[in-house]
Amino acid sequence: MSILVNKNTKVLCQGFTGKQGTFHSEQALAYGTKMVGGVTPGKGGALHLGLPVFNTMREAVRQTGASASVIYVPPAFAADSILEACDAGIDLIICITEGIPVLDMLNVKAALKANGARLIGPNCPGVITPDECKIGIMPGSIHLRGKVGIVSRSGTLTYEAVHQTTALKLGQSTCVGIGGDPIKGLNFIECLQMFEADDETQAIIMVGEIGGSDEEAAAEYIKSHVTKPVAAYIAGQTAPAGKRMGHAGAIISGGSGKASDKIRALELAGAVVASSPAGLGEAVLAAIQHKASSPN
Amino acid sequence: MNLHEYQAKTLLQKYGIPVPRGQVISVAKQTPTVTSEIDSHAWVVKAQVHAGGRGKAGGVRVVKSTAEAQNVASELLGKTLVTYQNAPDGQPVNQVLIEETLPIARELYLSMLVDRTLERVVVVASSAGGMDIEEIAQTSPEKILQEVCSPLNGLVDYQARNLAFKLDLVGDQINAFSRMLKGLYRLFKENDLALLEINPLVVTADGKLFALDCKMSVDDNALYRQKALAEQRDWSQEDSKEAVAHHAGLNYIALNGNIGCMVNGAGLAMATMDIIKLHGGTPANFLDVGGGATAETVTKAFKIILADTNVKAILVNIFGGIMRCDIIAEGIITAVKDVGMKIPVVVRLEGTNVALGKEMLKSSGLNIISADGLTDAAVQAVKAVL
Repeated sequence: MSILVNKNTKVLCQGFTGKQGTFHSEQALAYGTKMVGGVTPGKGGALHLGLPVFNTMREAVRQTGASASVIYVPPAFAADSILEACDAGIDLIICITEGIPVLDMLNVKAALKANGARLIGPNCPGVITPDECKIGIMPGSIHLRGKVGIVSRSGTLTYEAVHQTTALKLGQSTCVGIGGDPIKGLNFIECLQMFEADDETQAIIMVGEIGGSDEEAAAEYIKSHVTKPVAAYIAGQTAPAGKRMGHAGAIISGGSGKASDKIRALELAGAVVASSPAGLGEAVLAAIQHKASSPN
Repeated sequence: MNLHEYQAKTLLQKYGIPVPRGQVISVAKQTPTVTSEIDSHAWVVKAQVHAGGRGKAGGVRVVKSTAEAQNVASELLGKTLVTYQNAPDGQPVNQVLIEETLPIARELYLSMLVDRTLERVVVVASSAGGMDIEEIAQTSPEKILQEVCSPLNGLVDYQARNLAFKLDLVGDQINAFSRMLKGLYRLFKENDLALLEINPLVVTADGKLFALDCKMSVDDNALYRQKALAEQRDWSQEDSKEAVAHHAGLNYIALNGNIGCMVNGAGLAMATMDIIKLHGGTPANFLDVGGGATAETVTKAFKIILADTNVKAILVNIFGGIMRCDIIAEGIITAVKDVGMKIPVVVRLEGTNVALGKEMLKSSGLNIISADGLTDAAVQAVKAVL
């Protein structure tokens, strides 16, 4: 098994005929993702990359039966796209777009909650189950189907984790980039819960960064609910306070959101925390060995 | 993006929030006009910088005469004010705000912000005004009051009353406070604020409420639709290299080490700083070049990094992703030639066509060290500055 997406997941693309939508849909199709069409308002009825284009998500879902949608539209229109996907009955919405205003996301989150839809992102690389379904901007070639579930706030650090677990022949079950925004869809805890329940996932890598307290909350969850080995890395140990480090959510403010607090919380929860981003593969191996020698 | 106090107060007035009468000036000789227009037995002259702790740093001064006001204004204007928040560099004072003084009976604290755990706009208030809110949270957490606004109903009357009574406001102050709070909520939403802080919110001797000081920051992601606010951005308050990088579309933050960093992705850029530190070096900056890493963006990034004269070596860390490493290598080689690089550049590439990319770097004949992996890159960069 895997989590969230597999070879049967039917995927729509919002912003389908745009530059990003076109490029990444081509890549997804080449990877084997079951893309079934896309939406660009005003271009309905056309064919793009051999797939139907629709004017609205409601129509697209009705015609294709898609359950997932990936969004590549500019930030000013992305919140509207998430709401449209949600209203059309999409179960899993993946928003790649960076730069959505925070107040828009508050309204979006309330709507998602009311409809029961799940969102990945925004400001994220997407989700991939190797050899089955790639939704997002990650390079497919670095992945290897296997046993490590990866969840990360950072795109390129997800690639690091993938690269290292591929090199060690551990491989990945599913990789979820939850995104670098302060207000986002799925968070660590939901992903940990799914990985814990997934048969194929035998170990978990979680990559966090400075800002907020989601890693601390995840550590609490790991302590009480996760039996599988967990390795972690927290980026931003040398980041100065009060500065936004690229990601909208990566900021130490008022003494909270520091890397050291997150590392301590995760270590107390029994996770193996890598001190270097180059040590993620070794950390997950160590976590697996540790669990094997002292199962609890 | 932060606003100056005087800009924030103009916005407050637009929403009917009472503020002391005042005027901002940028030349000291404008002082007499201001003091003659605003009759008061004393005035307060406030340096306009984007940092807290102005009072303790001598940037907020009470004066009793026009002459004294003008002296203080000319002393502050053009000066760099260093407070505990912006030390050691400080920030330039290009304007001072001259305001009437008020007879203060009580000082309260009031703020609005987006709480990322609750995913709601939250109002925070305290009867312990004038102090740092983190300090109040530490010393007397029971004095911190909070109301959570629902996206559907916003801030409603009973929530304002909850706070008003807990703050021991009386009589007309209750309604005045409610009106103020609802105005602030509207202001917060309509202007896409990330933070609005009034500290202190004062009750005067005759029972009136005034926003004595105000701090606002606007959500950077919303600046495309807050054009009037975006135009008020004061770049002089930000690091000059950061300002240049911003205009070039790069995410750059200056630090005080000597290894310049150029990385794709914010998470990896932070991790690169961390790994340099782990191997005994100190990063000179955070820089995310984004997914593209073309010759053009790399050249721009190099120029910004090199503007910092502390930089003795540069570490380029690119996880190729969908873009091929040979194309990235070509971009780096072009950029190194273009800027006439005089210091060593350590490059770590990963992704598609990595072998070809590394070969191109090695055979370029330039001062480029091609690293084998992330750890080697950090070790090489640290060695290069020894």
